[in-house]
Amino acid sequence: MSVWLVLAVNSVTFGGLLFLLSAGFSLVFGLMKIPNLTHGSFFMLGAYLATSLIAWGFDFWTAAVVGGLLVAVFGGIVERFILRRLAGAELAQVLVTLGLSFMVADVCLLVWTGDPIRIDTPAALRGATSLLGVGFPTYRLAVSLIAVVFAAGLWALLDRTRLGAMIRAGVDDADMARVTGIRVSRLFTIVFCLGAWLAGFAGVIGGPILSVYPGLDGEMLPLALVVVILGGSGSLLGSLVGSFVVGFLYNFGQAMFPELAYVVLFLPMLIVLVVRPQGLFGRPAA
Amino acid sequence: MSALAVRDLDKSFGGLRVTAGVSLAVEPGERRLIIGPNGAGKTTLFNLITGELAPDRGAITLFDRDITRVPSRRRPHLGIARTYQIITLFPRDTLVRNVTLSLLGLSPLRWNPLARLDGQRALIGRAREVLARVALDHLADRPLGQTSYGERRRVEIAMALAQHPRVLLLDEPFAGLSIEERRDVLRLVTGIPRDVTIVMIEHDMDVALDFAERISVLHFGEVVVEGTRAEVVAHPRTREIYLGE
Amino acid sequence: MKGIALGAALVALATLPLWVSGTFYVNIASQILFYAVFALGVNVLAGYAGLVSLGHAGLFGIAAYTGGKVLGAGYGHLTVAAAAIAVTLCASAVFAVLALRGTGLGFVMITVALGQIVWGVAYRWIGLTNGDNGVTISGRPAPFGLSLASPRAFYWATLLVFLLAVASMAVFVASPFGASVRGTRDQPRRMNALGYNVWMIRFLAFLLSGLWSGMAGLLFLYYNQFVSPQAVALTASAEALLMVISGGTATLLGPIAGAALVVVMKNVASAYIERWNFVLGAIFVVIVVFMPEGLVPGTVRLARWAGTAWRPPAGGSRGAPRLRRGAAERMGGVGGHVGAPHNNIEP
Repeated sequence: MSVWLVLAVNSVTFGGLLFLLSAGFSLVFGLMKIPNLTHGSFFMLGAYLATSLIAWGFDFWTAAVVGGLLVAVFGGIVERFILRRLAGAELAQVLVTLGLSFMVADVCLLVWTGDPIRIDTPAALRGATSLLGVGFPTYRLAVSLIAVVFAAGLWALLDRTRLGAMIRAGVDDADMARVTGIRVSRLFTIVFCLGAWLAGFAGVIGGPILSVYPGLDGEMLPLALVVVILGGSGSLLGSLVGSFVVGFLYNFGQAMFPELAYVVLFLPMLIVLVVRPQGLFGRPAA
Repeated sequence: MSALAVRDLDKSFGGLRVTAGVSLAVEPGERRLIIGPNGAGKTTLFNLITGELAPDRGAITLFDRDITRVPSRRRPHLGIARTYQIITLFPRDTLVRNVTLSLLGLSPLRWNPLARLDGQRALIGRAREVLARVALDHLADRPLGQTSYGERRRVEIAMALAQHPRVLLLDEPFAGLSIEERRDVLRLVTGIPRDVTIVMIEHDMDVALDFAERISVLHFGEVVVEGTRAEVVAHPRTREIYLGE
Repeated sequence: MKGIALGAALVALATLPLWVSGTFYVNIASQILFYAVFALGVNVLAGYAGLVSLGHAGLFGIAAYTGGKVLGAGYGHLTVAAAAIAVTLCASAVFAVLALRGTGLGFVMITVALGQIVWGVAYRWIGLTNGDNGVTISGRPAPFGLSLASPRAFYWATLLVFLLAVASMAVFVASPFGASVRGTRDQPRRMNALGYNVWMIRFLAFLLSGLWSGMAGLLFLYYNQFVSPQAVALTASAEALLMVISGGTATLLGPIAGAALVVVMKNVASAYIERWNFVLGAIFVVIVVFMPEGLVPGTVRLARWAGTAWRPPAGGSRGAPRLRRGAAERMGGVGGHVGAPHNNIEP
């Protein structure tokens, strides 16, 4: 029984990580209609940058935030100078993000070499915490908590702030939003940077659990894809639900059907696509 | 038996009832004009008739055959053709190729992956004939992208005529045309033989009234006035909608 | 004029092993040929149907793996080929039904997911695919007693398949069905209103695309005597797309030129540059941003522009960037939702 409990906790943790990763992806896709195939690279890049920052003496949490910031800056440059040039040509944007992901992956390989790098769990969160008489790894609980906090924060941002209202308007109808005076181009850059920061930050705090290694980007990206397809693009609630569903599917699938792990993961997504193409919480087309 | 009839047709988008219980019947060979202010639901009505939109309620019959459930891609095969307000043709292709594509849509040849399309002389010959009917055969081999707007409007009509429709729906065929071009299109349209029933949406009164035998006035999704041209023009409600308010 | 050029090219290709020295280059030529077949297959969808797939390496790989497994089970080469093609066609049908649930971007994303599933099976289902170790075969077919073991013989066999592919593509493009497919790319709503069954047209185009991708995959297997999950990865699909885009989607020559470019770069570059992925990505970015209509038309355009030197080009801007305008058309208007039902024609 405790094996299932461990799996469950891992699933919740992984779901939390996925949420941080997919929330940005979902927002970017919902607002800018770009499936940002560089998103997995952001995750990996953030983690790699943090390993260097930590090696230079920064503490874990600073490295997480700063790593995210560096990725956000990179994302901003990409958006401002490449994606904006291709505004309106969504296919071209997809292909560019794909090309960039290859470039980033190789640069990471060059700089940090091919060996997996462990990020140590921050000292304060090592060990186990007892909850309801069962011991859970403290760090994993912390990650889940962080995800929830961010979920709440993002919700507040979208629902309560002016920026959030503009984002929601843009997701609904970018052209209309422009007409009402919203600086949609600047909004795009902000959202893209936000998404990149979240991905980079997620990469860092996922570090103690997943480590960093070449190919991490290729493993995380499809998961984000599945989350967004399952949950519906542009929907925060969809990302949240989708992340935990995927988290559970991925962990339990790997444990129970290691040979069919990917099938277990993608099959529900395909079913959703067939039955309800807009995702669980997306808006129906037109 | 009417050529085209709709009964209690209803369509809403969210909270907005765009088509509100519309019923009308067009007799074979008739020239019907549908007018109404912007937003009255005229194009939506056409979209419902061609099947691009599914009605929430109501029925559509074509020569007494119920086509309400027939998929939109089958309706051209049953004899309905339409033109569009916004020209959606194939700009990179020549005029004759555009019309050929229209002819091909009803032909089993369209599934053939082996024959040479350019070698289908009978088909292409028919396409040129249709272009001649709209006085564009001299431009048959010009790419559509290099023709004028007026010429494209006529190609739109050619595309529809090519399919030998029993019912032809014209959606604002005069929009954006010069006076001379309008005269040309009007001549074209009035020259269509009586075995084709024509329903036209138009905004421009001068030309359209010349064409119409019966008129239906749409307002907020409902038919508010219907009758012969004289009746409708004289009707106080018509004046109210167009001049008063 | 065109006929002479074609004839000359044919002669050159047919006699290539005679005037190219060294098996290395003959092998490169073989690779170019079967990758060109793959690119032509991908282009049926990307160029002619307006449907960009980033999962076609999945179909390529399914053919290769099926071939490998059936051969390993002891069957003859004819059975192997038939099985590989049959399975690939079935897979194409499944891919098509699922991917066509989405329009534009939704289609792309679904094909990515499908390609990843195939990769996942290839990588994880070790019982079936031997995982990372891949499937190895020994021996090539010997049709009519002529062994294809030597690079030259294999080259000629590949050339035959290549010519068959090109011929069939040419016929398809000139056919009424080909015109239908292109029509659905340019004006799907209009095509529907003209009486065409847009979904079925796309579905059949997908099968045609799968057929040639599968043939290429089979040749890949015989060439390498080996197939691994690497052949099915996202990078493989991306390379295929790069071949199509770099060469230009509007012509038959485009994908062929693109395949030549990518294969040569990969083989030559990897001798000097370790970071092939970086180069691949950079080429993608450069081409998409600066030459969206493809290398072949794009170079022509740039050469023309350079030729007019310091005078601004007469006809105005940079021509019609096909990738952008086509993309904008293809992706539909505001709201290209993932998985928006295809047959939902907007009001």
